Amino acid sequence: MSWISNFVLPKIRAVVPARRDVPDNLWTKCPQCGQLLFSRDLEANLFVCPSCNRHLRMTPEKRLAMLFDGGHFQPIELPKTIIDPLRFRDRKRYADRLKEAQDSGDNRDALLVAHGTIGGTPAVVAAFDFGFMGGSMGVAVGEGLLAAARLAVLQEAALIVVPASGGARMQEGVLSLMQLPRTTIAVEMVKAARLPYIVVLTDPTTGGVSASFAMLGDITIAEPGAVIGFAGARVIEETIREKLPEGFQRAEYLFEHGMVDLVVHRRELRDTLLRIIGLLRRRAANAA
Amino acid sequence: MRHYLDFEKPIAELEDKIEELRHLSNSAELNIADEVSRLETKLDRQLRQVYARLTPWQKVQIARHPDRPHGVDFIKGLIAEFTPLAGDRAFAEDRAIIGGIGRFRGQSVMVIAHEKGADTDARMKHNFGMARPEGYRKARRLMELADHFHLPVLSFVDTAGAYPGVDAEARGQAEAIARAIDTCLKIEVPLVATIIGEGGSGGAIALAAGNRVLMLEHAVYSVISPEGCASILWRMPEKAQEAADALKLTAQDLAKLGVVDDVVAEPLGGGHRAPAKTVAAVGDAVEEALRPLLGLDGPALRAQRREKFLAVGGRGL
Repeated sequence: MSWISNFVLPKIRAVVPARRDVPDNLWTKCPQCGQLLFSRDLEANLFVCPSCNRHLRMTPEKRLAMLFDGGHFQPIELPKTIIDPLRFRDRKRYADRLKEAQDSGDNRDALLVAHGTIGGTPAVVAAFDFGFMGGSMGVAVGEGLLAAARLAVLQEAALIVVPASGGARMQEGVLSLMQLPRTTIAVEMVKAARLPYIVVLTDPTTGGVSASFAMLGDITIAEPGAVIGFAGARVIEETIREKLPEGFQRAEYLFEHGMVDLVVHRRELRDTLLRIIGLLRRRAANAA
Repeated sequence: MRHYLDFEKPIAELEDKIEELRHLSNSAELNIADEVSRLETKLDRQLRQVYARLTPWQKVQIARHPDRPHGVDFIKGLIAEFTPLAGDRAFAEDRAIIGGIGRFRGQSVMVIAHEKGADTDARMKHNFGMARPEGYRKARRLMELADHFHLPVLSFVDTAGAYPGVDAEARGQAEAIARAIDTCLKIEVPLVATIIGEGGSGGAIALAAGNRVLMLEHAVYSVISPEGCASILWRMPEKAQEAADALKLTAQDLAKLGVVDDVVAEPLGGGHRAPAKTVAAVGDAVEEALRPLLGLDGPALRAQRREKFLAVGGRGL
């Protein structure tokens, strides 16, 4: 690292507008096969590359629209939480990073929570926004998941969580780590009410997010090819000093190792959820 | 040979001098004794000065000090009739986390502790205190056993983090940690967790979602190691000192944040200078933390734990 990258680069980055400010690109390049895809076609295909089947990341708004009946849902406002509790500063102030992320998108933090129906049954969905600081989980995300769980219990709804997150947000230090037990409590609330808690693991689900609510689903679904794991691949490579096996930490790898119930193509995701909720809730209704 | 940290150099020099003079004192002259006592006063002052204004990075080094009391030392010093219990009943025995039943000041308890190992052989055997899924699954099994027999659980946390390896991932490291946290929160017996050295991220909280969380004065507890944080956020691992500052990983800061309930004072010069005293101090603090919990029933203990963690994050620094 030179002094140029240390001191000049961050400033240049601040001047260049964030990617989200650029009007929708007409073309998207598939990160896997490199195919140039007409963005409108890609969206119509639920952001799955038609040529190599890669499941690209999608915004939480599109995710919710894809899951709820008729694409209709009511987002809830995330609870107000403390901002920058540690007054964290790395090469940049966390408060500034946060503001930038908020200004460049529609969300106040990395989680969008909404309620509606799936197959006519009430459901609450909490979807992560990977575009917001890598979908990282701090106090606001933890509080959002707690709000989602409380809402699900209140509405006797199924809770579906769709993580897309690198893990805990470092800039909130140990308070991010505390979201592991806090989100586990959220899951407990839903389970105590015997409501279905379904996790849809998407690319990526790693670190503190995987080591808490994301691995505690009654039923766990993964999207094809999604990277899912606790430790980062680079950290593992540095530790064991060897190349990682082909397909390591991918959804299919987890499936083979017994860590997920189903690997489901995005095209079939809504129908799968609808069927699961229907089956689980019918049993609950019979028992009552 | 005592192991000195970089910032302990002036202390090392003084102790060397005192040692030298003591050897000379065979050919005794009275003023050597005077000189020794003068130097000892100076040493005491020096220790006080250095240890009164430790930086977070210095605390990280103290928390990792090889002479600091480890999990086994706390068990040896505090638990009578200790009976180790091994294995996760699914795959293996993971010695990075040790556990068993025993008697703590008269009370029958379950103990679960990270163990880093004190010498090279022991470090290999205990995998430097970095557990694989089996370790967390064993911890979970022991917590459930404690729950079944109404035994309070005492945990001692000292880990750089969960082991980052292909085998650990293949067997579900994330799931194992998540379930361990869930079990900590669910059991209907008191859980008193003490951070005795390094509280490294998910690998630490897996044993530390307790009714009371204690922390030794110079221990550290964080979402990521300062080195890891520096290499990700600064993209320069050598910025670990700055990262240690920014992460607010000291016991003092964590008490302010409400993450830690009680900070246990260490002997002057840190736990590594007086391991037995340190163990005894933790014993007293654990006993005090445990006493009021013994009067609560299962649901009340669960509720207290839940409320405690739900309240965290309400205030910053």
